[in-house]
Amino acid sequence: MRELSLHILDIVENGITAGAGRIEIRVEEDRRTDRLSITVGDNGPGMPPEKAGNPEDPFITSRTTRRVGLGLSLLAAAARRCEGELTVAATPGKGTEVKAWFRHSHIDRAPLGDAAGTLSMLILGNPHIDFVYVHTVDGEEFSLDTRELIDGGADLTDPGTLRRLEQWIRDTLEGMHRTPGAPGTKESLHAEADD
Amino acid sequence: MPKLTIEDLKRIKEETTKATAVRHDGDVRVKITVHMGTCGIAAGAREVMKSLMEEMAEADRPDIRVVTSGCMGMCSSEPNITVEALDSEPIVYQHMDANRMRQVFRRHVLQGEVQTDFALAKL
Repeated sequence: MRELSLHILDIVENGITAGAGRIEIRVEEDRRTDRLSITVGDNGPGMPPEKAGNPEDPFITSRTTRRVGLGLSLLAAAARRCEGELTVAATPGKGTEVKAWFRHSHIDRAPLGDAAGTLSMLILGNPHIDFVYVHTVDGEEFSLDTRELIDGGADLTDPGTLRRLEQWIRDTLEGMHRTPGAPGTKESLHAEADD
Repeated sequence: MPKLTIEDLKRIKEETTKATAVRHDGDVRVKITVHMGTCGIAAGAREVMKSLMEEMAEADRPDIRVVTSGCMGMCSSEPNITVEALDSEPIVYQHMDANRMRQVFRRHVLQGEVQTDFALAKL
């Protein structure tokens, strides 16, 4: 996969196919400890222990539910390539949590990419699923809960609304990644010219 | 960064609805399935679906539904989408990209002309 956000899309689709009704996606970036972690938790039936214990083996799969296959193995390989790893915690009847972490600055780490696009496509394609998205960058947090928005009266099945929501998520995440003082920031515009 | 409120989202919805004022009786007339297996995602299904969302936002037709599904077993022709219109056979399209998606939406979904150049199969 060219982007980590595509892995997220894939793992979440797995959880939905397995029967989850609520998905929590957590992306944590800490540039000080040089770590990036992605956690996808669901309230589905729980991944079978055989697979949960061997997430990197693509040949262990449950075809009837189409729960896994290459998707998890690809994410595990991506994490391992970046000095990280993938772990799966599953409780039968309670849900599954897939966690992958990477060395943030590793040369082989794929960019996170279009996380806003991943999220809006998930919401558009799965109107009956509740999504929680939490993204932290060096401790600064962004969070979104589709249940809250819907209860507040927002119509997330409307493509126009979703398009606007996606743009707002994208702008917010981009803002969080801008280092203070970098070109285009307030600090930079106020700074005196230097040579 | 101005915060996006639920009121903003409601206003956007009202504005688009007012602009077209299509009466909707709750019936679905066209269902578009984007196949989102690992193979589809790796081949670009998210970008296909995004261009579909753009087209739907412009058309504002509440009788068109979009859903995602898993791999349909034809990984080498991904990204695949299936267009199922009322009273017609479902058509599977192959090797989709954002432009092809726009064409299929405007010609097939809105006007009923099957785009045979991109079609893989009738179901």
